[in-house]
Parts: sequence; structure tokens; C-alpha cells
Amino acid sequence: MLNQEKRKQPQGENSIYKVSHLNLWYGDFLALNDLTFDIQEKEVTAIIGPSGCGKSTFIKTLNRMVELNTNVRTEGEILYHDENIFGDAIKVETLRTQVGMVFQKPNPFPKSVFENVVYGPRIHGINDKNKLMEIAEISLTNAALWDEVKDRLHKNAYDLSGGQQQRLCIARSLATEPDVLLMDEPTSALDPIATYKIEELIDQIKKDYTIVIVTHSMQQASRISDKTAFFLMGELIEYDKTEKIFSSPADQRTEDYITGRFG
Amino acid sequence: MNVETSMKSFQQQKANHINNTSSAKTKSYFESEQAKDRLARRILLDRVLQKVFFLSTIFALLVLGILLQRIIGNSIGWLNLDFLTGRLSINPDKAGISGAIIGSLWLMSVVIPVTLVLGVSTAIYLEEYAKNPKLKNLINTNISNLAGVPSVIFGLLGLTVFGRLLGLGSSVLAGGLTLSLLGLPIVVVSSQEAIRAVPGFLREASYAMGATKWATIRRVVVPTALPGILTGAILAVSRTIGETAPLVVLGIPTLILKSPQGVMDDFTTLPIQIYYWTLDTVLTREYANLAAATIVVLMVVLLTLNASAIIIRNKFQRRY
Ligand SMILES: Nc1ncnc2c1ncn2[C@@H]1O[C@H](COP(=O)(O)OP(=O)(O)OP(=O)(O)O)[C@@H](O)[C@H]1O
Ligand SMILES: [Mg+2]
Repeated sequence: MLNQEKRKQPQGENSIYKVSHLNLWYGDFLALNDLTFDIQEKEVTAIIGPSGCGKSTFIKTLNRMVELNTNVRTEGEILYHDENIFGDAIKVETLRTQVGMVFQKPNPFPKSVFENVVYGPRIHGINDKNKLMEIAEISLTNAALWDEVKDRLHKNAYDLSGGQQQRLCIARSLATEPDVLLMDEPTSALDPIATYKIEELIDQIKKDYTIVIVTHSMQQASRISDKTAFFLMGELIEYDKTEKIFSSPADQRTEDYITGRFG
Repeated sequence: MNVETSMKSFQQQKANHINNTSSAKTKSYFESEQAKDRLARRILLDRVLQKVFFLSTIFALLVLGILLQRIIGNSIGWLNLDFLTGRLSINPDKAGISGAIIGSLWLMSVVIPVTLVLGVSTAIYLEEYAKNPKLKNLINTNISNLAGVPSVIFGLLGLTVFGRLLGLGSSVLAGGLTLSLLGLPIVVVSSQEAIRAVPGFLREASYAMGATKWATIRRVVVPTALPGILTGAILAVSRTIGETAPLVVLGIPTLILKSPQGVMDDFTTLPIQIYYWTLDTVLTREYANLAAATIVVLMVVLLTLNASAIIIRNKFQRRY
């Protein structure tokens, strides 16, 4: 609410996250410096910036996974659906159920494909076999993986290819019916074809989900995102519509970065 | 961009390296004669040590071979189905070890659940919950020391606490609890190792889906660590199933005419049987053969247990 005028963003849309004066320290090291911006619902927001600028730290803050590190301290607030995620009203478990996360390296559990997908529903108390099967089919279909794995649901997830594993991880996240999907360089460990499939998948599901994606690929950001945020050394330098960022960035540093002059 | 710069620096490093080696050639660090001499000596030492190590191995194998040969030799003609299924008897021709086999099984039916439950819980506490590194260290050191305590001492402890204080006497429960103490460190340490080996990204994946710590432990950490935990449990069983001293201290008799029906009954075990038959060889010479036959049975059990531990470990090789 405060500093509405300071928010660097196009106005008049539904924001799911409102980040205000967010600071984050690892010990003494200030990794996020006074971030203030909103993330719009049902849009793809890309986070770009050179290595070490705090992209991963930022999206891990959105579901409070960053707190698994020791010595992390935050200041400021992040409103999620107008509720401060650092407040007592929201439990981290609830937040993380609504805000799914896909990691850089595919990280399926050493279980069957099926058990991977229904992991979330199971921990939230769904045990009915038919119900779980239904969830698995829907989630795998949404992750564009169903046809490839429907005959090997009970095989170990590590028998899948890297790209399939990553889509399995996406399916696993979708199975808890989140509102938001955080993706930290989800295609950086994948070959171009698998990357293409994931991008296509993002394109298909973005009407139903808010997606925040960290990427090192300018092409990827410009292909799939609606908004792009450029980070530099823990600061938000520029945040705007993706076309705007890639056609006529307002800040010289943004331009230098996207044209490959540094980074 | 990144790749280009790193390529450049790589080439530079390479160039530097080449320069270094070429300058090393002009200015030698070695007195080459001396170096050659030293090298020759090192090679000789290498050869000698190789022989020494080989002979040490052969020595150990030789001892084992002689042992096996004598035991198996003594047991021939005595080890048969009647021996396995027969009851204990003073007459060597009629004596069998069914009572001892059943007793050992009963004993393990206490040792396995007790060590597993206590051992895995301890390992989970130490690896997942214990925050204070000093406390953790203290407990860890204690556990490793526990593993090194002579088993007779455990027998004394068992006698005082389980046998006398809790009034369990020389029952299966008293023996089982005593031996559990012996097996516990093995299960704790191997479970700790297995739990520590569960990669962080699996835990992260679970937490990121809104799982609580306990759900993560129950559904990800323990199942992933299970092969390691089971291996530890089997090794604990194979360690305790051959134990004699603590049971002797507890006063486990050999002459049990009735096989135990429950954990409160008296019992005897294979190693106890071996122990008393060996002692009584002075009275009846054939007891030596009975002891040998029992040893063979016990060794087969032990080898099977250890082999299954290895099979489990290899079968569930880490895949992630
Ligand atoms: N657990 C940690 N403890 C201390 N410092 C950390 C920790 N994690 C990250 N940092 C530091 O915080 C800064 C931001 O890290 P972060 O991982 O968010 O960067 P990033 O933008 O995701 O980089 P990359 O593109 O390489 O993934 C870096 O300087 C990093 O060294
Ligand atoms: Mg990162």
C-alpha cells in the first residue's frame, strides 16, 4: 500500500504479490536491497540479471524457502493476496502449498512416477486410490507428460530423461493446485528440445497460473514472459512489460545487460 | 559472452603453463643422479611392501582356512537334519540344537525391533532435530564409545538392570534387551550415515510442496535412507546373534528342555550351546563334534546375513 507511487510498474492490474522495501541478508551480506514491486496475477514474470545478483534468493523468498538457509534475515514485507507472508497469519506450509516451485536441476524423489506426482496430495491427507489416480492423470496431462509416461507410472522416476524429469517436477507442483509457480532456471540443465517443450508448457498453463521464472536466456525471457524484472547486485533496476524492456529499456544498465555488453 | 571470456582466460593459463615448464627445463630443480638413486630405492621399497602386504593377507586367509578345515572336519557325520531338529540330550548321538535355534530366533525377535526403533529414532533426532552441535558431538562420541565397550560389560549392565532391577531374570526379554544395547550403536551409526547421505535437494523438493519437517522425514528421508538402515540392522543382528559373553553373565542356561513360547520364557542360543559343549568336551569327547557342527550352523547364518546386507546395499545403489 505504502509508496504506491514508487512502484516501478504499469498500474491498474491485479497484483498477487506486493513486495515492499524488501531487504534480505545472508549474515552480514545484503543480498536483496530495498526491492519494491508488484507481481501480476496470471502473468509470466521473468527475472533476469547477471550471476549472483539475487534472482534465486528473491524467488526463494516468495515461498520462504530461503529461510532454510541459516543466518537469513529479512526486512520489509511481501503481501501475497494482501497478506504479509512473514506475518503470523500465514503458515509457511500453507504458503508453499499455494506457491509451487520448480528447481534448476530436476529433483524427483527416488520413487515411482505416480508417487512423485501424488506426493503433495498425499501429505495433505488424500489417500483414496482413485482420487490420487485422477490427480496424477490431470497433473501429468497439464505438464504435457501423460502420453509419455502413462504406461510406466509405476517405474522409478529416475528412469525418465532429464527433460521428462523436469516436466514430472512441474506436474508434481501442479498436483497441489497452486496459484503461483516459481521456476528457477528450469531449463538450464536441458537440451534445446526439452527446453522448447517446457516453454511450450509454460505457454499453455500460464492462463491458469501466475508464473515467476528466473532465466539466463534473454530469448527465453522475451519469448515467454509478460513482464521482465532486471536485477543487479541485489537491486531492482528496471521492471516493465517484456516488449518494453527488450525494445527500449529505460535504464542504460538494462540495455547493456540485454545486449550482452556485460554479465 | 561468458564462455568467450572464460575461453580467453583458459588459453592464457595454458600459455602461462607452457612458459613455466619451459623455464623449468633450463633451470633444473633436481640433481638428476641423486634423484635416480632415490627413485630406485623407492621402487625397491614398493616391491618389498607389496610382498609384505600379500603375505599378511595370505596369513589371515591361512588361519581362516585351518579353522574352517578343522571345524568342518569335526562336524562331518554329525551335522544332519536330525541334529538340526533334535532336542538337546546328554547322549551325543541323540543331541540336537532345535532348542538353541528357536532360542536364537526368539532373541532376534526382540533385538531387531528394539534396535530398529531406538536406533532409527536416535539417528533421526541427531541428524534432523539436534541443533546444539556440542550436544550432538557428545552423543555421537558416546555412541562410538559404546560400540567399543567389551560385550561382557553389557552383560553386567543387563544383569543389573534387566535381570535384577526389572526382574526379567534370564528370560528372552532380558537377553534381547541386553543384546539390543550391543546392536544399537551399529544401527544408530549406519542410519545416521544413510540419513546424512539423503541429498538436500530431495528435502527441498518436499518442503517446497508445503510438507512439514516430519512429513519430509517420514516420506522422503527415511524411505530414501532405508537400504542403509536395513543394512545396519542386519549387521547388528549378525553381531549380536553370535554373542556369548553377555548371555553367560546373564546366566542363560544351556539345558532348556522346553523351547521358549514367549519373551518371558527361559531360552538358550546357538553360541551358548557351543560354549557349554566346548567346556564339557573334557567329560564327553563327542561334544567337540557337536560344538563344531553348531559352529558350522552359526557360520552359515552369519554368512547369509552378511551377504544379504551386501546385496541390499548393492541393489539399492543410489540413483539420484
Ligand atoms: N546461503 C547463502 N549464504 C550466503 N550467501 C549467499 C547464500 N546464497 C546466496 N548467497 C549470495 O547471495 C547473492 C545472490 O545469490 P543468488 O543465488 O540469489 O544469485 P543468482 O542471481 O540466483 O545467481 P545465479 O544466476 O548464479 O543463479 C550471491 O552473492 C551469493 O553469493
Ligand atoms: Mg540462481
